[in-house]
Amino acid sequence: MEVNWGRVAEGTLRSKRFIMAFFPPDFTSRWDSIVDGILESIWMAVTSTVVGIILSIPVGLGAARNLAYKPVYYACRGILAISRTFPEIILAIFFVKLFGFGPFAGFLALSVGTIGFYGKLLAEDIEAMDPVQAEAVKAVGAGWLQWLNYSIQPQVMPRMIGLGIYRLDINFRESSVVGIVGGGGIGATLLTSFDRYEFDSAAAILLIIISIVMVLEYSSGYIRRWVQ
Amino acid sequence: MPVKQLADTRVWQRRTNRKQFAVWFGWLIGVAIFSYCWQLISDKTIWEFVSDAPEQAADMASRMVPPKWSYMDTLWAPIWDTISIATLGTVIAIIIAVPVAFLAARNTTPSAKFVRPVALFIIVSSRSINSLIWALMLVTLIGPGVLAGVVAIGLRSIGFCAKLLYEAIEEIDTNQEEAVIATGASRGQQLIYGIVPQIMPAFAGISVFRWDINIRESTVLGLVGAGGIGLQLDASISTLTWTQVSVILLVILATVIVSEWVSAKIRHSII
Repeated sequence: MEVNWGRVAEGTLRSKRFIMAFFPPDFTSRWDSIVDGILESIWMAVTSTVVGIILSIPVGLGAARNLAYKPVYYACRGILAISRTFPEIILAIFFVKLFGFGPFAGFLALSVGTIGFYGKLLAEDIEAMDPVQAEAVKAVGAGWLQWLNYSIQPQVMPRMIGLGIYRLDINFRESSVVGIVGGGGIGATLLTSFDRYEFDSAAAILLIIISIVMVLEYSSGYIRRWVQ
Repeated sequence: MPVKQLADTRVWQRRTNRKQFAVWFGWLIGVAIFSYCWQLISDKTIWEFVSDAPEQAADMASRMVPPKWSYMDTLWAPIWDTISIATLGTVIAIIIAVPVAFLAARNTTPSAKFVRPVALFIIVSSRSINSLIWALMLVTLIGPGVLAGVVAIGLRSIGFCAKLLYEAIEEIDTNQEEAVIATGASRGQQLIYGIVPQIMPAFAGISVFRWDINIRESTVLGLVGAGGIGLQLDASISTLTWTQVSVILLVILATVIVSEWVSAKIRHSII
């Protein structure tokens, strides 16, 4: 690895000034655009989590070895593998190119990411479930949908709700970076404040992101305990 | 069991009426929130751009094939950079995460009132700032290049590793620890002989898992100038050389699949 130590030394001197520039965080002067960005991030996180989860349910069912036929299984596993490979930000670059700037591109990128994440975990959870209950429900003559609803859904639900909230948390965090490539959200505001060297505003944005994530984290723990 | 009286037959119901109502109400609120958010997003979207997306996609796809394979020759160095960023970043993160995890775990922290919140704050702030944002800051600090990427990945991974590790520490079997204490072990010996052997498998699993995630993340760090294959991706996209972009995407795909396979193999052999 090639490190330009001269540049590092120069940077450490500079970094003192740079870090000082972050303090005190300036919440006021860019407050309107910060609020706009944060709200946009929250909308993106919510919608992409919901859409992603809805889309990932059929894929996840198809990718569970004990439910699906072989060809379906391989097709769904393929979908999951592809949507998991590319980081959201690369997806966002392409969606921005296809659908234009704005939160819609970010929303799509996050949804695709959610499908890969949620579908894979759902499939693994279904594969690990207790087959006895499923057979019992089948034995009383349930149809396929009834079978899903009464034997499989209750078994995977508690974990899945927890994971859904976790994914909401991830999507919110990711929505802060899809803005860097033009996908809307707080990332755009953050990048602008970096580009204008307004580090005090940037510090304010970072603090807000951290505190929202903290709130989400605590509430997700609480909700998960309540569900189980 | 909730039962409904229908004419003269008793019909089984899954939930009582009150519970059923609560479930429907929950769905109603969820749908309302979703439609509100969706409305706001669609207000900010220029739908003309969305409607011509299929043409754009076809156009882009036609520009991306055939991949320009000769570009591979210049990609080997960035791939190597990407892998070393991920590896060194993971190593740095683990070195810092281990003490933080011990300070954060409820059963090993020296002081639950003062030290533990600080450790938790380190964990949360490192987790909530994306590695790209860390890289953005570090590029201005230590200049563009691989080092900024390594430090960014390292800082970002501390939270993840420390969180999983401290949860593992809190879940250990206390019998073994007490047995070690009963032989008259000091505090340090108690950590080394009572706790460390129990969390070793979790520790190894976490590091390999994080390494795998880091490979994926380090492929995009170049977008903000922090080295690795993202630099080439950014350059190719801004010069609109889509044939090179497709090669880079295939290379990223291959790297990620290989790293995932390696980490799955290692984790299987550990657990």
